Amino acid sequence: MKVHVKVNDVVYERDVEPRTLLAYFLREECRLTGTHIGCDTSSCGCCVVVVDGDRAVKSCTMFAAQADGHEILTVEGLAQGGKLHALQQGFWDQHGLQCGYCTPGMLLTAYALLKHEPNPSEADIREGLAGNLCRCTGYNNIVKAVQQATGALQPAGATK
Amino acid sequence: MIPAAFDYLRAHTTDEAFAHLQQHGAEARVLAGGQSLIPAMRFRLARPAVLVDINSLQDLGKLRIDGSVLAIGAIARDSDIERAAWIGERRWSLIHDVSRVVADPVVRQMGTIVGSLCHNDPAGDWTATALASRAIVVIRGKGGTRRVPIDDFLVDSFTTAVGDGEMALGAEFPVPDDRTAGSYQKVERKVGDFATAAAAVQVSLNADGTIRSAGVALSAAGPTAVRVDEAERLLAGQKPTTELIRAAAAAASKRSAPQADLRGSVDYKRHLAGVLVARGLHQALARLGVQA
Repeated sequence: MKVHVKVNDVVYERDVEPRTLLAYFLREECRLTGTHIGCDTSSCGCCVVVVDGDRAVKSCTMFAAQADGHEILTVEGLAQGGKLHALQQGFWDQHGLQCGYCTPGMLLTAYALLKHEPNPSEADIREGLAGNLCRCTGYNNIVKAVQQATGALQPAGATK
Repeated sequence: MIPAAFDYLRAHTTDEAFAHLQQHGAEARVLAGGQSLIPAMRFRLARPAVLVDINSLQDLGKLRIDGSVLAIGAIARDSDIERAAWIGERRWSLIHDVSRVVADPVVRQMGTIVGSLCHNDPAGDWTATALASRAIVVIRGKGGTRRVPIDDFLVDSFTTAVGDGEMALGAEFPVPDDRTAGSYQKVERKVGDFATAAAAVQVSLNADGTIRSAGVALSAAGPTAVRVDEAERLLAGQKPTTELIRAAAAAASKRSAPQADLRGSVDYKRHLAGVLVARGLHQALARLGVQA
């Protein structure tokens, strides 16, 4: 079937099988490999993308066919004009990653969280990211990264 | 794994969705949030030949208090409940609690309440909540629309009163009065796991402080979520006391018929069912200003 999916403001028209999952569509049809596939069973959150501006979705658990006519934001679409998104800058400054595998999913989940709650408490951030697994950081620096993006924490904290 | 091949049909009206389902019968499944169906298809536990996508049906997305009922459309998301303006009201405390522990926060942005009821997983959270709330599911069938009480709706594991070619349009939860509070208690190994055990309770008081009625239900305690009739009978008409709650909890343990798995033994889960019902009753009553 023919689908038209707008990914990071670019329309991709592709002929796909209905059973093609969005994560595979992004990686293999759009060649946007920033969206990672971790568990592939809706548990880890590595594959999270944002659908229609404010909804975080595990792209391993949505069909590309469902995205036909919709807008997807992936990690490749966060930086604008060579400038990192505030969340990306937060992860950079606060050392919010080690191996980086979970990072795209963390970023996009946090992006949707901030769309609905621009000033989340630390508890809100921890709860909002509870569907995303990280095996490196112990989460503390990820929470700080999101706090920095909201302005609740100064970038200077990263230098100590 | 990649699911088995299927035909994808996107419905643009409820009539169109219903026509597709009537045409394809047992071969077709409704695709709402897909957060249970798609994993089941990926594990090849489900192999529908046709998926009817209802996500474009805006009129099924409603989440509205309509007189005496909270009407939840078939594609209203768990996250819509979490963000509802009224969710902080005491009368909705059972719904408030459950909306924060279903699956995980990302899955809740796609997953639907009605889809969870239709999936009827033995360890589902919404099924037990619907029992304690005495909800009704609205089903469209060949002969028209019918309203099925949740007790009749939950037929067996992964089986409901929705027949081949039919579709659930929504669910209706009665609006509790202002002397009602509830609680949802769930033990899970990690966020997003199925419940090891869970209890949904809702209590309504009379003006004199006695219990007018109670809803008590368990999840992960049998082939489907179960109502603890005996606990509800014990509580009705009584003054809330520690002894009464203990008796209701014992009834819950007795009613629980779980399966042993990696989450725990049968004895442990039955014990937990009683503990969670007691905790839930204490919390619901505390929310009503009653220390028992």
